[in-house]
Amino acid sequence: MIRINCPYCGEREHSEFTYGEDATRTTPDNDAPMEEWNKFVYERANPAGEHIEYWHHAFGCRAWLKVQRNTLTHDISWVGLPHENPEAAS
Amino acid sequence: MGQYNALNIAWNALRGHKHWQRAWRDPEPKSNYDVIIIGGGGHGLATAYYLAKNHGITNVAILEKGWIGGGNVGRNTTIVRSNYLLDGNAPFYEHGMNLWRDMAQDLNYNVMFSPRGVMNIAHSKSQYDTFARRANTMRLNGIQSELLSREEVLEREPIIDGSADTRFPVWGGILQPDAGNARHDAVAWGYARAADQLGVDIIQNCEVIDFIKQGERIIGVKTNRGDIHAEKVGMAVAGSSSRLAEKLGMRLPIESHVLQAFVTEPYKPLINGVVTFGAGHFYVSQSDKGGVVFGGDIDGYNTYAQRGNLPVFEDVIAGGLTMMPCLSRLKLLRNWGGVMDMSMDGSPIIDVGPIDGLYLNTGWCYGGFKATPASGYCFAHTIANDEAHELNKAYTLDRFAKGYTIDEKGMGPYPKAH
Ligand SMILES: Cc1cc2nc3c(=O)[nH]c(=O)nc-3n(C[C@H](O)[C@H](O)[C@H](O)COP(=O)(O)OP(=O)(O)OC[C@H]3O[C@@H](n4cnc5c(N)ncnc54)[C@H](O)[C@@H]3O)c2cc1C
Ligand SMILES: [Zn+2]
Repeated sequence: MIRINCPYCGEREHSEFTYGEDATRTTPDNDAPMEEWNKFVYERANPAGEHIEYWHHAFGCRAWLKVQRNTLTHDISWVGLPHENPEAAS
Repeated sequence: MGQYNALNIAWNALRGHKHWQRAWRDPEPKSNYDVIIIGGGGHGLATAYYLAKNHGITNVAILEKGWIGGGNVGRNTTIVRSNYLLDGNAPFYEHGMNLWRDMAQDLNYNVMFSPRGVMNIAHSKSQYDTFARRANTMRLNGIQSELLSREEVLEREPIIDGSADTRFPVWGGILQPDAGNARHDAVAWGYARAADQLGVDIIQNCEVIDFIKQGERIIGVKTNRGDIHAEKVGMAVAGSSSRLAEKLGMRLPIESHVLQAFVTEPYKPLINGVVTFGAGHFYVSQSDKGGVVFGGDIDGYNTYAQRGNLPVFEDVIAGGLTMMPCLSRLKLLRNWGGVMDMSMDGSPIIDVGPIDGLYLNTGWCYGGFKATPASGYCFAHTIANDEAHELNKAYTLDRFAKGYTIDEKGMGPYPKAH
């Protein structure tokens, strides 16, 4: 069972949140080559293991959160605000 | 190994069923093959079979990290249909329907294909209008379709809640009468046995760990059972596609997501065909053994955990009970999950390359069981001829970069939405 410890609301259950996306992708410059835009829009790292991603506390405080989740086990090892990063990743 | 037939069954029965031979061999991997197929799911097994049967390429190995049929091919809800809208998809899936119809004869294996009809329920006038458009498009593509009135829907499946005060009253429906179910394990085993009889080596407990390259060309794979070389390497590993592509430094337009399914204890006949709820995501049928088999949405986050979470569980059950309230009395026997290769437009990839010696088969989302025969047929053609068959020419990897996505649902590059 996924539970996310929202920095504002405390630990809440999965059904209060909606999944956003990979939080490590960065938008290319407007004039970046098409190839880079293609990679950004369509290609995914899709790792087996730790993944840093956005979740929306839709049925709670409605804040976007950054979460580190293990895609093999559902374990959540870190939750922060969107501008923060877990230590290993920063 | 012999044919399966009535005489054979009688003869073996007389001998106490003690002399059946194994359905396929268990060979040691050779050091060299013409073609290696990675992944012994439905698609890999079907590909090997058609390589041997249609193209005369029999020096083929299927490398499966676990046991064949242990992946999604043995985990799905077995719905077989071809009610697609877009040109890239419709002929491909309809060709699949033709292969399904003859599969048991062709493979000499009872795959229990049962065209009991797939019926989608509409709950409003506007939803019914979109179904009418779909039905017409299907007919233009030569695919059978019928629009059903509310009465016809309720007559086909009397346990649907037909009352006027239900949350989503039934308005009508659309039916693909020649669609239905098949026995998923039998499809894997049938293709395996038929491929083996044509000389294909099925090698289980053989995980591909890396690729062997010569210059820019792939010339084989490294496995836990040693290096195996081949002129051509085809990848058909469904939810594990990105993990293998990573070994080649490639990123794919794929995300892996978990889909859950459910089965109840066996009951008397209750549901006649395949039925889908139109006001939520719920699809249901009853297996020949009597189990009510159903599923709904994927969980919605990329994952490799072969088990889902409770919110989707609850959502699926809620949809089911709204449509068929009597299901609340049934006892759930099992719930499980499988890891799906969700693509960025909801359509698959069957293509040559993008590296020399490599062939790609992935992106089946959660509709790849029905595609098993057509996918094997087309992937075999693509591997044998180094170019796509007419039926899979739209399923290229570079369609994303070129702007030719095949997005049935019009969702854009959000795999969780397809
Ligand atoms: C719960 C559920 C319900 C579904 N319902 C339907 C449905 O009703 N209708 C429908 O059409 N589709 C359905 N699907 C989708 C369908 O099952 C899949 O799209 C399809 O089975 C995928 O192709 P496959 O059979 O080749 O995959 P799989 O059976 O998953 O085969 C891939 C194989 O590759 C192997 N593999 C992976 N990595 C390696 C490696 N490194 N080395 C060697 N082998 C490897 C795996 O062990 C696996 O056996 C459903 C799926 C699930 C999970
Ligand atoms: Zn919150």
